[in-house]
Amino acid sequence: MAASKGLKILVGCKRVIDYAVKVRVKPDRSGVVTEGVKHSMNPFDEIAVEEAVRMKEKKLAGEAVAISVGPPQSQETLRTALAMGIDRAIHVEIPLAQLEKLQPIHVSKLLAKVCESEKPDLVILGKQAIDDDCNQTGQMLAALLDWPQATFASKIEPSQTIDVSVPAVVTSDLRLNEPRYATLPNIMKAKKKPLAKMSPDQLGVDLQPRQEVISVEDPPVRKAGAKVESVEDLVGKLREKGLVK
Amino acid sequence: MTSPPPQLRSQVIALYKNLLYMGRDYPKGYAYFRDRLKSVFLKNSGVKDPDQIKVLIGRGEFVIKELEALYMLRKYRALKHRYYEKDEATTSATTSSSDKKAPTKTQ
Repeated sequence: MAASKGLKILVGCKRVIDYAVKVRVKPDRSGVVTEGVKHSMNPFDEIAVEEAVRMKEKKLAGEAVAISVGPPQSQETLRTALAMGIDRAIHVEIPLAQLEKLQPIHVSKLLAKVCESEKPDLVILGKQAIDDDCNQTGQMLAALLDWPQATFASKIEPSQTIDVSVPAVVTSDLRLNEPRYATLPNIMKAKKKPLAKMSPDQLGVDLQPRQEVISVEDPPVRKAGAKVESVEDLVGKLREKGLVK
Repeated sequence: MTSPPPQLRSQVIALYKNLLYMGRDYPKGYAYFRDRLKSVFLKNSGVKDPDQIKVLIGRGEFVIKELEALYMLRKYRALKHRYYEKDEATTSATTSSSDKKAPTKTQ
């Protein structure tokens, strides 16, 4: 690794439904409503992007590349990453029909293929996506590449005793940093940064689904509690439920 | 009185656009934010003194910083509440252990 040039970092970003949106299940129970719903970068991925940009600012990293696997709109997510300070972006475009069936196993295979050509020293991913909460892509990618992994990282720094040798996969934890906001001027500047498009076929990865979603349901409604007037009442009710002898 | 230099005008317009862009994430909704932003800018549209204008621009930039802080704090608290146990240390800066109230979702 050329210490003077700095590490090359690859950061994964996923476009998910915005964290503040009230998610609604579709009437046919096949999934959640995504049409016309606000989307943004997965918060843990924002932390990953921020870490890469900070490493660049500290001159630990020479180049930071963002990658997103998703529909055409994922370009907006990549633009946000570029606005935060990433140098260039790669978009692996998934046609809408295959999007719902996309699983971490497919994503990690796609990322592994890109790693073969890009040859990053460090891959930083969010620890999990807030839409599927799989928490798998980072670990799977490390296994596919046979690289060491450091998951739920709360701090990344070079040290005398090398705890994890590069190349490695790291997943980000909430503690790692506070991501900067991508303001409009930075978004406009980001439009000039390179954004390359790829398809899964080009990478030679098969997107056959391994799982099938049977149904998606709302969590059960909390049953109303009962108010009691006295301690005797409370004990009586607990006895009724068989919770107290 | 001489009219203010044109670069101040473009600065004000840029400030308006930036604030409008940030309004998309405002908890009470974009429409609420946009209406208030518009009325405030309209109210001050008569100001001609360049120094006064610079003060107002500075105020607008302060609001941008405040919004950034608000958004970051809101997101951090929401994620901490959803993904971490109550007493689990997640701090690098912001919350204290006495801060137990969950943030309310507004959209």
